[in-house]
Amino acid sequence: MKDNTVILSGRGVTKVFGFGANKTVAVDHVDFTFRKGEIISIVGESGSGKTTLAKMLLGLVSPTEGEIYFDGELRDIRTHKKKREYWKNIQAIFQDPFSSYNIFRKVDAVLLDCIRMRGGGNLPYDEKLEMMKRACSFVNLKFEELTNKYPFELSGGQQQRLMIARIFLLSPKILLADEPTSMIDACSRATILDMLMGLRNDIGMTPIFITHDIGLAYYVSDTVYIMEHGRFVESGTADQVILNPKEAYTRRLLSDVPKLHEEWDLSTV
Amino acid sequence: MKHLLRQTFRSGKFLVGFVIFMTILLTVLIYPLFVKDPPLGIISRGTFLAPGIYVNVYDSMNSSPRYTLILEGAASRRVAGKLGDDDRQAMQEWLVAKGVPEDSIDIADTAGLIALWESNFDPSLRLPGMTNADRNYYIRLTASLEGLLATEDAVVAAANPETGALEEIGVITQTDYVNVGEVPNSRLFVLGTDNFGRDVLTELVSATGVSLIIGFVAGIVATTIGLILGLVSGYIGGLVDDIIVFITNLFTVIPTFVLLILISFSIGQEQRGAFTIAVVIGVTSWVWTTRAVRAQVVSLRNRDHVNLSKLSGHSVAYILAMDILPYIASYVVMALILQISSAILAEAGLSILGLGPRTTEVPTLGLMMRWGLIYQAHVLNYWWAIFPVILVIALITFSLNLMNTGLDQVFNPALRE
Ligand SMILES: Nc1ncnc2c1ncn2[C@@H]1O[C@H](COP(=O)(O)OP(=O)(O)OP(=O)(O)O)[C@@H](O)[C@H]1O
Ligand SMILES: [Mg+2]
Repeated sequence: MKDNTVILSGRGVTKVFGFGANKTVAVDHVDFTFRKGEIISIVGESGSGKTTLAKMLLGLVSPTEGEIYFDGELRDIRTHKKKREYWKNIQAIFQDPFSSYNIFRKVDAVLLDCIRMRGGGNLPYDEKLEMMKRACSFVNLKFEELTNKYPFELSGGQQQRLMIARIFLLSPKILLADEPTSMIDACSRATILDMLMGLRNDIGMTPIFITHDIGLAYYVSDTVYIMEHGRFVESGTADQVILNPKEAYTRRLLSDVPKLHEEWDLSTV
Repeated sequence: MKHLLRQTFRSGKFLVGFVIFMTILLTVLIYPLFVKDPPLGIISRGTFLAPGIYVNVYDSMNSSPRYTLILEGAASRRVAGKLGDDDRQAMQEWLVAKGVPEDSIDIADTAGLIALWESNFDPSLRLPGMTNADRNYYIRLTASLEGLLATEDAVVAAANPETGALEEIGVITQTDYVNVGEVPNSRLFVLGTDNFGRDVLTELVSATGVSLIIGFVAGIVATTIGLILGLVSGYIGGLVDDIIVFITNLFTVIPTFVLLILISFSIGQEQRGAFTIAVVIGVTSWVWTTRAVRAQVVSLRNRDHVNLSKLSGHSVAYILAMDILPYIASYVVMALILQISSAILAEAGLSILGLGPRTTEVPTLGLMMRWGLIYQAHVLNYWWAIFPVILVIALITFSLNLMNTGLDQVFNPALRE
């Protein structure tokens, strides 16, 4: 699964919001190297700049400073066309599923967009329908029950699963999952993670989990980046970082998760 | 959507505004189906005829059947109609000034008063303090006293076409009546006539229609400009945003009405049709819509649903139309309603200054106010030529604003009861 090609990397990536008295350095000169197939977690407390970094990686926010390399080349997303190409490779699950959907468009429109994005815009409708049904059953949703609904008529967990169905249809190379389990109970959380892991194995996707939950990071990831005030203070394999933390900040994050080994049953991975 | 509509009509404010506005609108649409007169047609010779039913005298004498009614007090009402209390007072004043002892005058005794008047009044006499107008009034009054107390029938005569001699063709007694409905020619002026002798109601209905169209056109123009500028400025940002914000701020500090006056003035009377005025009003009033839309778009453009749409490969135009516009549609509708009502007021303001649409084609509410003011309807107490116009303007803006605050309640959950 894992090979050593670098798929996404960055040097000195920085984002500054506002200026003068309102200046916020959300992400402060971070360097990172994400390898293909590797499971990555970015962990940090609220406001540490995780979402901002993710949006820069996605090309939704432009960095104030620094370079991002994709597939070994300096990323170029200056035109709409190039952006579109880039977004075939990198997709996201946003932090808050409730605000992630256009409330005026129905569920099937969301999925049809993905088929079109993959170049299937001209397929006969039956075939599209088949694809949508397959995507829905992958995430344990009944397509027939959803077609005529608006996203806000779904539960938080259903919305989150619909988001994964999107990813199923798009099969990107990289997935940025911003707190993908924040809205769901512990039980369905494992289901969601299993689905994402399944996707990773099926389509060879590189998932990047963004979370404040260091236990989750330990549970799923190969490599962990610890983020504090916009900087990566510590990084390495999950075992290195979490079982032998060097930074006080990491230890503090760890102390919020008292029973690491008990809570996460490692055998289910 | 259906839910939103139901919510809208559950708001009391909206409902009241809607009913008033629809009443006005339906009147404008239905009235012309029944009254086909041209709204600017001059009907009466005299100006400012008071509201009422006008019955053709010739027809009521000649052709319509006549009925005899014995009504109590008819004679005294007839006298009172010609010789009112004011007239009696004036006669008394004149007589006293002439030197007739005051206690010998009884103004309630009509016959006595007239006898006293006839023996004393001298039109050539100029009493101290009496103006020419006063003298003319007394002369007119004296003429109208002629035959006031007569009880004889009136004889109607017509000239014989051959001999030219007058021949009796009918007799009218004091107890003769006609049924107004049976007189072939009668005319109801609900709101009288104006300074040119035009039917005020017909004119008012037509003017309301034209003013509503002006308001609507101006509102659409202003909202379209404001919407496009606001969307582009708010979503694209950067230099484009800076330029649009600069222009918007520039227009904010120039008083719109002054600008409107200058533009209307420079267009010139001949070129100013109602449509031109509407466009000019629209072109000068997009500023607030732009600012409101821009603010909304700025807060929307970084929302996750917009990001998701970008990640789904949609173009900027698609995102503006599908991911931004529906979210601000309610604000845009509310801005449009406000623009319509303020455009109607702006037209009225311009027209009062004589800078409104040229006066020859269509009436507008503003032009009717202008005519009323120029011909001093408000000073001379011809209320019907100006007050209804003001009332209609007030009702239109009132109903539109009421609908607007009603909608505010629907769209803004924080204001719901
Ligand atoms: N659009 C913006 N404008 C100004 N400041 C911003 C903006 N977005 C984020 N910030 C600031 O940048 C900092 C990092 O925010 P970010 O959303 O990346 O945090 P986060 O790590 O995702 O937090 P959480 O776990 O709560 O989601 C915060 O201080 C935030 O206030
Ligand atoms: Mg976040």
